[in-house]
Amino acid sequence: MPLVTIDDIPVEVPEGTTILEAARMIGGDIVPPAMCYYSKLKTSGGYCRTCIVKVEQGSAKDPRPMPKPVASCRTTVMDGMVVRNITSPENLEARAGVVEMLLINHPLDCPVCDQAGECHLQDLGYEHGKEETRFEFPRREFEPIDIGENIKLHMNRCILCYRCVKVADQITDGRCHGVVNRGEAAEISTYIEKAIDNDFSGNVIDVCPVGALTDRTFRFKSRVWYTKPVDAHRDCAKCCGKVRLWNQGEEVLRVTARKDKWGEVEDTADGSTAWICNECRFDKKHINDWTIEGPSKIDRHSVISANHYETTLRNIKADTIKMMGSKPHGDKVTLGTGALDPNNIH
Amino acid sequence: MITSEQIAFSKETLELVQKMMLRYPEGKHKSALIPVLHIAQAEFGGWLSAPVMDYVASILKIQPIEVYEVASFYSMFNLQPVGKCLIEVCRTSSCWLCGAEDIIDHIEKKLDIKVGETSKDGRFSLKAVECLGSCGTAPMMQVGADYHENLTIDKVDELLEKFKTEDKQSRYC
Amino acid sequence: MSKKLLLKNDHVPYINKLSVYREHGGYSVLEKTLKNTSPENVLEEVKKSGLRGRGGAGFPTGLKWSFLARPEGVPRYLVCNADESEPGTFKDRYLMERIPHLLVEGMILSSFALGANTSYIYIRGEYFYVARILEQAIEEAYAAGLLGKNILGSGFNHDCYVQVGAGAYICGEETALLESLEGKRGNPRIKPPFPAVAGLYGCPTVVNNVETIAAIVPIIEMGGEEYAKIGVGKSTGTKLISASGHINNPGVYEIELGVPVEEFIYSAQYCGGIRGGRKLKAVVAGGSSVPILPTELILKTANGEPRLMSYESLGDGGFATGTMLGSGGFIVMDEDTSIVKNLYTFARFYHHESCGQCSPCREGTGWMEKILHKILEGHGTLKDIDLLWDIQSKIEGKTICPLGEAAAWPVAAAIRHFRSEFEDYVTNPESIKDIKHYYRLQN
Repeated sequence: MPLVTIDDIPVEVPEGTTILEAARMIGGDIVPPAMCYYSKLKTSGGYCRTCIVKVEQGSAKDPRPMPKPVASCRTTVMDGMVVRNITSPENLEARAGVVEMLLINHPLDCPVCDQAGECHLQDLGYEHGKEETRFEFPRREFEPIDIGENIKLHMNRCILCYRCVKVADQITDGRCHGVVNRGEAAEISTYIEKAIDNDFSGNVIDVCPVGALTDRTFRFKSRVWYTKPVDAHRDCAKCCGKVRLWNQGEEVLRVTARKDKWGEVEDTADGSTAWICNECRFDKKHINDWTIEGPSKIDRHSVISANHYETTLRNIKADTIKMMGSKPHGDKVTLGTGALDPNNIH
Repeated sequence: MITSEQIAFSKETLELVQKMMLRYPEGKHKSALIPVLHIAQAEFGGWLSAPVMDYVASILKIQPIEVYEVASFYSMFNLQPVGKCLIEVCRTSSCWLCGAEDIIDHIEKKLDIKVGETSKDGRFSLKAVECLGSCGTAPMMQVGADYHENLTIDKVDELLEKFKTEDKQSRYC
Repeated sequence: MSKKLLLKNDHVPYINKLSVYREHGGYSVLEKTLKNTSPENVLEEVKKSGLRGRGGAGFPTGLKWSFLARPEGVPRYLVCNADESEPGTFKDRYLMERIPHLLVEGMILSSFALGANTSYIYIRGEYFYVARILEQAIEEAYAAGLLGKNILGSGFNHDCYVQVGAGAYICGEETALLESLEGKRGNPRIKPPFPAVAGLYGCPTVVNNVETIAAIVPIIEMGGEEYAKIGVGKSTGTKLISASGHINNPGVYEIELGVPVEEFIYSAQYCGGIRGGRKLKAVVAGGSSVPILPTELILKTANGEPRLMSYESLGDGGFATGTMLGSGGFIVMDEDTSIVKNLYTFARFYHHESCGQCSPCREGTGWMEKILHKILEGHGTLKDIDLLWDIQSKIEGKTICPLGEAAAWPVAAAIRHFRSEFEDYVTNPESIKDIKHYYRLQN
């Protein structure tokens, strides 16, 4: 088994493991962030470039360093490989550059975004974001559209991770949305007005790392950190029926698949991914539809949920504050409580 | 206006497309997509409407979205109608160094349209494009499939006169 | 007098016709090779020749060929990259238009060496009329038994097809080209795997530039060792240079690698000096993506040695004082040229051509164009120059494919060598009105 050292921590991993997966085996702060990679989706990763790392030594056989940073999610480890992630200031600088690129056209509309509180881009901005934006031009804008009865597409927020395209390709029959146009104008679209309509289409919401694809049945019902997640199941003919309910009192506000600490849909006991069907997701909104198993164990904390929704100002970068729509009060800031501005709601 | 029912290649064109598909190994006929889109654009009025793209998808037995994704990626496919004579002036480095902006200004004035527009009579569309590989014979423009090189104002005037009656919509030849 | 190997017959009337091409010795190399030589020997000669990829990267061709995987029962492909789109480059178009059979002969020879029974020439869509010329040449070759089954009784079967693109610079990147050839968006693939292992339709594939494949013919004709004697050092053989900009004789020149840059610019045999007797200001020596150099550094290296038209000499001094031979797109600018405006046309180009797949390029190329536009409009600040520098450094090396570098390098080099001109633009916007921003047509 190849031995790889990441930020001075050695780990032995099975042949064919990527640097990112090896880092996940070690765990902790050295795990590179992943915005487009999704272990349950084939050929995902490589696009966003946030998981880049520095390969100081290619392998025991060929110890030369790799000339450029590599996407850890798409680079296979070699025996004797030495990788630097957070122990390389140069690498962190490069990553900060990527994060800045992802944010220059992002609308920073977290106060009206349903993804706030579970958004990977929000976390990334918090960790790597700069004090202020250096981009002084109008941001790219698209009109939000409904793709189907239950899914809203806010293209402004999209980072083109391709995960939803891969979901449509790999777990639904007949993809009808994709990436159209080129370069800066590239967008997720059905091109002609068309509903994404099949039993598993709702999974695009669960894989979206940002608030580009959201659940219309949950729209503006509540901020996610005011809900109580519980694991539940039902007998479903179409899917595994194992879900997470996001409740307020007895009311089921939202149904999602269960996610692990990397924000990915968990596996079921038989090793398959626990994708859920649209009926479970959108139609079963009554508590009696479900057998409750108990409170969900949330392994992945966002910048908001980690500190009981309140933290000190000095730890927070300006961009993040702006993203969360909050105003500092003294040296404290209350995150994410920005009121939903009805004028901002599409 | 062409309706969806009327969108069909001629018998000869269909044969050409079938022959084209044989260039690729079995099951890899999606490779014919770009050449077939060129043909479709030439046959159906110089641009690719959604029904035309759906027709191409049906011929190649692929999903319509696969056609939209490709057609919208390549700059030679027009997803909006264009004039009967499509003028594309190169403006990258060497052409710029040799006066491409003068050529563009002149055509704009002469046709009374701006870059990106079509004349009111639907005759001319003007585009400014990036390097067409004619740097040694700059400035240049492509009209339809033809390259017109070493342009001068007089030469442009002559050409514009000619194109008043000659259709040069498609680059497919 | 420079030796001509590729363009020795380019002015022969009707050389695009098979009969004329054959009268001038065409296809005799193929005939001899199929009769007397093994594929391994062809590969050996190519290795000995020291030929380096003529598309821009300059990777040794023989080495690239030797990487081709040869699993039993899996087809192998040769794909010719005729997507020539690097601003300043038009040599492949010239070669294909004039002597299409040289490329076809090279395709068959190379395919024989690689054991490929099918090859594709992927040509940019705008070159439609050139594609037609190639198709006619291929048709003639089929009719003469030079393509198809059992070529010239050798038992070797080969089919060659022309595939047109549809307007996308990125398809010159070999994996984007393969995607496009498969009927998809021209998004570069994430490597590894490299095409030599999993290329077209997942099969082992070699992708070579037009000029590279054409050069195989003279290499096999004269032998690899003889070919390697031409040129200088590791820059062996001849190279087609596309010369454009403010020179008296723009055009395609076949040079023996090692010709002094000064001679190339001023000799009547080549560019014939600067138009209108003006002074030279700067040169982009190898296509838009390579660093621009001011007169003093393009004519001589930092050490004062004469700069030569070769991979090594143009690269001398690294990016601090040197550049690259690249695709051989040689763009010459005279004393009145605005470097800032020229850079803007490059930045606009790369912004237009970014595929949009990875974030630094998708977002960064547009950002750089916008800042340059702002500077040209007279609204720039000194901070903008530093910001441009920083953005290019955040793109370079962080992207899936080399388009990131191609977009970053010209920005870095223009600021490195012409910073004072950028400063003039931002500190005294009024003066911009007097600067001859762009060139008027020659009368």
